[in-house]
Amino acid sequence: LAEFLFWPALLAYGEAAFAYYGEARHPGRSGGAATWGVRIGWLVQTALLGVQAARADGFPWSTWAGSLNLFVWFVVGAYLIWGCRPRYRLLGLAVLPLAVVLFALARAGGGTDTTAQGQYSNLFLVLHVGLVLAAFAGFTLAAGLSVLYLWQERRLKRHERTILSVRAPALEKLDHVAARTIAFALPALTLGIAVGIVRLEDRGGGYDALMAVTALTWAVYAGYLALRHFAGWRGRRAAYLVLAGFALVVIVRLALPVTHFA
Amino acid sequence: MSVVLVGISHHQAPVELRERAALDPERAGELARTLAGERGEAVCLSTCNRTELYLAEESADEAERKAEAALLALEEELGPSLYRLRDEAAALHLFRVAAGLDSMVPGEGEILGQVRGAHDLGATGPILDRLFRDALHAGKKARTETAIGESPASVSSAAAALAEQVFGDLNGRPVLVIGAGEAGELAIKSLRARGAVIAFVANRTRDRAEELTRAYGGDALSLEDVARSLEYVDVVLSSTASPDWTLTRGDVQGTLQARRGRPLFLIDLAVPRDLDPTINELEGCYLYDIDDLQAVVAETLAGRRREAERAETIVAGEAERFREWQASLDVVPAIASLRAHAEEIREAELDRAKLSGAERRAAESVTAAVLNKLLHLPTIRMKQAAAAADGVIYADAVRHLFGLEDER
Repeated sequence: LAEFLFWPALLAYGEAAFAYYGEARHPGRSGGAATWGVRIGWLVQTALLGVQAARADGFPWSTWAGSLNLFVWFVVGAYLIWGCRPRYRLLGLAVLPLAVVLFALARAGGGTDTTAQGQYSNLFLVLHVGLVLAAFAGFTLAAGLSVLYLWQERRLKRHERTILSVRAPALEKLDHVAARTIAFALPALTLGIAVGIVRLEDRGGGYDALMAVTALTWAVYAGYLALRHFAGWRGRRAAYLVLAGFALVVIVRLALPVTHFA
Repeated sequence: MSVVLVGISHHQAPVELRERAALDPERAGELARTLAGERGEAVCLSTCNRTELYLAEESADEAERKAEAALLALEEELGPSLYRLRDEAAALHLFRVAAGLDSMVPGEGEILGQVRGAHDLGATGPILDRLFRDALHAGKKARTETAIGESPASVSSAAAALAEQVFGDLNGRPVLVIGAGEAGELAIKSLRARGAVIAFVANRTRDRAEELTRAYGGDALSLEDVARSLEYVDVVLSSTASPDWTLTRGDVQGTLQARRGRPLFLIDLAVPRDLDPTINELEGCYLYDIDDLQAVVAETLAGRRREAERAETIVAGEAERFREWQASLDVVPAIASLRAHAEEIREAELDRAKLSGAERRAAESVTAAVLNKLLHLPTIRMKQAAAAADGVIYADAVRHLFGLEDER
């Protein structure tokens, strides 16, 4: 059944990615098809996660590939909050191809099958993995918003003639939504890290590179919110800082996981 | 008589050049009168998009030379950007200009009034008077028979739409207005229609600033206080006639810290420009001058462009009618001579007949009708031949056949 659900979900995400590309080239033509692709794909992936949860012995996404599967679900779910709005469709051009690639990677690593065996308690994993992945999904979305901000800001600065033909969300709105997303994601990351530290103190164990980079990621986003609040950092500088934080998220998610999951 | 056009427009000349050749209506009229002299005709059409000189003279080469010299006297760097058109091409160009087909915003309405103003202030005679009246007719016809002027696309609405690209909702956004030209007032209306609030109005004369605050709200400022008010506004709209910057990069840079990263959208509708263009390089500052706005608007007007294709057909038809009229001028003297000659013969023969009063009246009526019927077809044919470009040959033939050479 998991196999049966994976392919339609991937196909729907893929269709959405292509439709977003078409929408960017010819605004107004395929935006609706893209949004429906995302919705259907996400619902099918939700069903896949449900099947995995029902059949697994313990928390099914504790492996690197499994967590990637859950991460994609969080990212697309968070995107759906804004992505259905016509002006945010350009964001889909950044989010959906990423989702397709990561979802395929998750499958290649066995993260979409139903044979996972949990090594840790369900409650710890739900809190630790769930919160950290939800936070990373938020940071990913904020990065997408920041890319969109920088693109739109560049068009405005360069006085591009198509600025009113290919409409994007307003700069202040993008800046605000990115900040609000991070304001929700950072407490989730804080809690996720706290749960991990409590368990580490309780059960013992060493710190690894992933933990260090995660802590650095937390510091970058905390710094972002502090600079925004106290020093009035907004706009381009703030967007670059969000992307710097996202670079650390990419390192945590793709470059360092083996040490932590091992 | 030939019609000659020499000019520059937004197609070849950037705003930096056009602003140096821009003339206010009074100076444009003065230049036209100077160029026309005692026997010629001249009109100067000067807008923010173009400065064009229309001359009607016997020698097209001489007229072109005079017009070029007049424009180069305004700005010697104009040379490579100048275009030169004659007769049919010049007429078609003016008709397209009047219809808004040569504007950055197809079908924009302001140009029709500007063409009318140039006509009123110009030194016109039979040729240019007819040319400009026909151009105004063509402009109105294109607008009434197509939807080219219907979609809400203008520099002022584009300015407000761009402000929304920065801020989203403009509701309650404070605006600083510097100067208050006609274009500026249109932009104020567009911004207010979207919910923006006029916070300050600055003008060279305090009275005018206070007059505007009574109309639109806000506080009146002197131009010296403009920089200090930047901290409190999100949108700046400038449209003064000042030859100097009303806001420099330093003025804006000095307020960035106090603005704490809030973006600032600046609209410069003035020619010459009011706002230092390097302000656009500052973080969070977005400056659009008249060229930028017009370029943006031009891009959004696909619908108008479709209508423009229909308007082009209308304008081409009107231009053709003008061409026919102009060409018919070549045969008009021959036709007039022929009719005068025929009338002379008729009168002479009636005198020789020594008729009574009643008989004379009856004979006059009959002979006049015969004459008109006889000359009607040749008159029409000569005008048609003139429109087909061989009118001069026909005119010469008529003069030769009827012995009118001496009357030329």
